[in-house]
Amino acid sequence: MVGNLAFVLLSAILVNNFLLSRFLGICPFLGISKQVETAFGMGMAVTFVMAMASAITYLVQMLLVQLHLEYLQTLTFILVIAALVQLVEVVLKKVSPGLYKALGVYLPLITTNCAVLGVTLINMTENYDFITSVVNGIGGALGFTLIIVTFAAIRERQATNKVYKSFEGFPLALVTAGLLSLAFMGFNGFNLKALLGL
Amino acid sequence: MLTAILTAVGLLAAMGLVFGFGLGYASKKFAVEADPRIDKIAAVLPGANCGACGFPGCAGYSQAIVTGAAPIDKCPVGRAKAVPAIAHIMGVDCKDADVTADVAMVMCHGGKDQCGTHFDYSGVKSCWAANQVAGGHKNCGYGCLGQGSCVQVCPFGAMHLNDSTGLAEVDPALCHGCGKCAVACPRGLIAIVPADKTIHVRCMSHAKGPDIRKTCKVGCIGCGICVKNCPVDAIDMQDALAHIDPEKCTSCGVCIEKCPMKTITGR
Repeated sequence: MVGNLAFVLLSAILVNNFLLSRFLGICPFLGISKQVETAFGMGMAVTFVMAMASAITYLVQMLLVQLHLEYLQTLTFILVIAALVQLVEVVLKKVSPGLYKALGVYLPLITTNCAVLGVTLINMTENYDFITSVVNGIGGALGFTLIIVTFAAIRERQATNKVYKSFEGFPLALVTAGLLSLAFMGFNGFNLKALLGL
Repeated sequence: MLTAILTAVGLLAAMGLVFGFGLGYASKKFAVEADPRIDKIAAVLPGANCGACGFPGCAGYSQAIVTGAAPIDKCPVGRAKAVPAIAHIMGVDCKDADVTADVAMVMCHGGKDQCGTHFDYSGVKSCWAANQVAGGHKNCGYGCLGQGSCVQVCPFGAMHLNDSTGLAEVDPALCHGCGKCAVACPRGLIAIVPADKTIHVRCMSHAKGPDIRKTCKVGCIGCGICVKNCPVDAIDMQDALAHIDPEKCTSCGVCIEKCPMKTITGR
């Protein structure tokens, strides 16, 4: 059981990373990756929303199956995510106005972050149980945080480098993201199951 | 069929209700107390979010006023009306504040008939592009290029291109003096002037008199006749160009009559 959960967690973080192998949630990945500090804040906000969304949507899905309303899945999941993001926004505004300002429009945009909806839908299609769903959500979010912070650290260094005018800003960021993604493809050949003794 | 619809609607309504109450409770619990003066000041500001004050929009400026980071007279758009209202809200005196309204003025009136072109420009409709092509198509290297870069940026629709002269013009009734056009002009031809001063030297050319005579019929040749005739000594010569000091000018109009090139005009 624990081994299985570790497998789900690690594969969500490294192998099936949302940003670099599933290509979900690219908007904040490029938007909030200029500073490590704000990138980490974004990662934490997404972690909270993803973990909570995984838990609540699991219960909602049970309700939907019970009432034969499976076709409302996307609609209700988005409702859950939107409410959670709103909650994060309200709390963050009070607790950390600086981070709230730094995240700006990208904070409410977590609602439309496809990585969040993606993780809840993947939980359902993979038929994960409650605990596994939450672990998958947390794993996906930690993978998101890991990459966005790494990427922000790289971009912080690039900011002081001299680059060609035509490469300044997003072009360079996209090339960097591509190389990072190539590096992470290496984890595909990683036999996690053997490593964990499953 | 009907029950399926009703359960779907009921479920969503119930979920919305639960989340709504949850969020309502959270927003009460985590309420951030904002200074009520911020909203009040934002209400008396023009609300155009033009950014002429140097802050991000009217809301940003009102916050800066309340925190003391900005003086109360930084908004050129709503200056005359807003400053006394802001002073009242902040409980400060506005006697020293600058409350005169400003308008933009295009300091060139060398139109098609007065100042010719040495080639036809048919490129991108942008003064910055036109200015790059062989020093501009206009005979005068200082004159208005008439591609309307200032017209495009005006948030109040106060500028237009005059088809017969090919020059940009300001409608003083609509202009709020925010200064966006002044930044947008590659030749720096637009000046922000006090609205009650109506007499201006409509030329920015520092070229020598004989050269100007060759290129433009209404350019300032730097003859100095206006300087000699001004009854209040408001005009002086700066680098071969007449300059009127708005502080001293009484708008008497003597210089308009005396100017041999008709460079000086009233509005």
